[in-house]
Amino acid sequence: MNLTATDIRNLILAAGALGVCALLPLGDNGYWLGLGVTVAMFTVLATSWALFSGPTHYISLATAAFFGVGTYVTGLGIDSLPFWVLVGLAGIIGAVLAALVGLATLRLSGVYFVIFTLGLAELVRQVITWVQNNSGQKGLYVLTDLDEAGIYWWLLGLATAVFLAGWLIGRSRLGFALRIIGDDETVAAHSGINTALAKVMLFMVPGAVAAMTGAILAPRYVYIEPSLAFAPILSFQVVIMALLGGASRLWGPLVGVIPFTILLEVISSNFPNQTTLVIGIAFLVIVYLLPKGFVGLLDKAMIRFNGREGA
Amino acid sequence: MQLRPFLKLASALTIASALAASAASAENIRIGAVAPKTGPLAGGATVTQWPSIQLWVNQVNEAGGLTVDGEKMMIELIEYDDQTNPGETIKAVQRLATQDDAHFIIAPYGTGLNLAAAPLFDRYGYPQIAVSAITDQQADLAAKFPNMFFTLGTTTALAADVVKVLSDMRDAGQMGDKVAMVNVADAFGIELATAAKPLFEEAGFEIVYETSYPLGTQDLSPVIKGAAAAEPDAFVAWSYPPDTFGLTEQAMIEDLDVKAFYTAVATPFPGYGGRFGAAAEGVLGAGGVNPDSPAFQEYAAAHEAVTGNKPDYWASATTYASLEILGQAIEAVGLDREAVSAHLKESTYETILGPISFDENNSNPDFWTVGQWQGGVFKGVASRGRDGTVPVIIKEGWE
Repeated sequence: MNLTATDIRNLILAAGALGVCALLPLGDNGYWLGLGVTVAMFTVLATSWALFSGPTHYISLATAAFFGVGTYVTGLGIDSLPFWVLVGLAGIIGAVLAALVGLATLRLSGVYFVIFTLGLAELVRQVITWVQNNSGQKGLYVLTDLDEAGIYWWLLGLATAVFLAGWLIGRSRLGFALRIIGDDETVAAHSGINTALAKVMLFMVPGAVAAMTGAILAPRYVYIEPSLAFAPILSFQVVIMALLGGASRLWGPLVGVIPFTILLEVISSNFPNQTTLVIGIAFLVIVYLLPKGFVGLLDKAMIRFNGREGA
Repeated sequence: MQLRPFLKLASALTIASALAASAASAENIRIGAVAPKTGPLAGGATVTQWPSIQLWVNQVNEAGGLTVDGEKMMIELIEYDDQTNPGETIKAVQRLATQDDAHFIIAPYGTGLNLAAAPLFDRYGYPQIAVSAITDQQADLAAKFPNMFFTLGTTTALAADVVKVLSDMRDAGQMGDKVAMVNVADAFGIELATAAKPLFEEAGFEIVYETSYPLGTQDLSPVIKGAAAAEPDAFVAWSYPPDTFGLTEQAMIEDLDVKAFYTAVATPFPGYGGRFGAAAEGVLGAGGVNPDSPAFQEYAAAHEAVTGNKPDYWASATTYASLEILGQAIEAVGLDREAVSAHLKESTYETILGPISFDENNSNPDFWTVGQWQGGVFKGVASRGRDGTVPVIIKEGWE
């Protein structure tokens, strides 16, 4: 691998930023750490989502399905297996599920894929409910000693893995192939790219990551039930945050997640009786004012800045 | 571009944050409340949880506040909507504990949301008097979260007392031993059905029809038709609010001929009696109260006067009782949360339900389990340790 000076500088900067983030639980163990967990969770979910959906332009609403599967892996296994095994297991199950779904659906395009992924969360939820109903399984309790700081560090570790994976994929033949597919799938096929295989391979990344996120967060929820684990709103939040940031860059979703989490926090603390209404209005304003997300805004500012410099 | 709505929103934001800042004065007791105002559980929470909180705060403040260390302190209520999302519940509890500096926090609504909040209540030392969190894990949970208290009973007790009520009817010669049992395929419905099945078999009942349906099923006529074809003496549904109404409606349409008809959650809602009127007569359901007790009648009248709605005949009164308990404990030992928790473990409280004390598992051992619509009122017919149970009547048709 040949790294340019810019690559090395970026890597060092990223490692430094990560180190600063890792210190958060030492500074505050309450409110800000709680927000930190939310930011870390959505960063992981939105960034991994954008790894697939950014280059290919396939909008996946399957996040809640994989997330729910992950919480159930922890819920079912917490009494018999160590936590880190469960997180790994959730990743494998998420990847296998994503591969199966990908094989069945990535030949679909556009709106058909969106609808299928939306239905997937409901499908998995009903299968789990069916199994529980027939086996007489009672509610799942996840009682561990893992506290918020522990969960935060787990999520931060996962975020690091996602960013590294994204960076490596971006430099690889697979990443190149996906950008071609995103621009024109027919051209890609005629250039000898196995488009279905490339898409399935990459779809496994958000699947595995969302399942691992669910597995890590299960101890935070304590009680696992289908309606909470598979809440469809999660899928939409991830898409909105990623698009608000901008799905075309690796760091794009991150600049969407942070302001969005803070905005949601401000709204829900100031409008306890109209939370959902005000969130809806905020969506409209964002789409109206920032059609290309924060990345677009930054690009525009850069162009203006550079243009002035040139003149 | 229409700027006015955005400006309005911005000014509303400013005013709201200014209000929030100025309200945090030192003379008040700040009490936090987080429960669904939107999302799947909002329907239940707006009948059971929010009105009782509103009523209690209103009554305490009308009376000049709570007496803390010889001084009267008014209650300042801080409310948040958790959108029926455990992540939001966690954030709201954290906000209440660290940003709003709440003295006490009222337990959230629903089993899942209460348990998501439990580690935070525990960490910040808030007593959590849970109401709508019915579970058989009370001993484990109380060991893990020593400040968590349970008021509304256990899953097994709710199921066992239905079996007992039906056994008594059979033994009195009022009906045979054929039962049709159905459940909603979701957490609490599955738990109840799993607990009930062996109990029915032990009691010598024959389960002639058994099925389940997914949460949110609109068309319940196959369930009722299947049950009717098995010609049961009793119909038992471990159901949730939407299907409690749906099953009753179908039973009326099919004229389901049973001596006992039971639906679980939401049967004690005033909306149930309001919707089905005379047809609700004789319907059994989860929960109950003693509607003839003067304390409940006074509460119900105040509830309607202050909130504009009637309380339900089960968890509403228990929610109010949980707040009475909190208020009495604060008056006894002051604003020290640790002392309040210790007081909760040791003392007996006078509430609208009668005396309440917590056992070694932080559980209230005296609660209502089965009720029945009789003469337009949902009356308790079975309980653990509560006075005022009335005899069960046979279900006679749907007219």
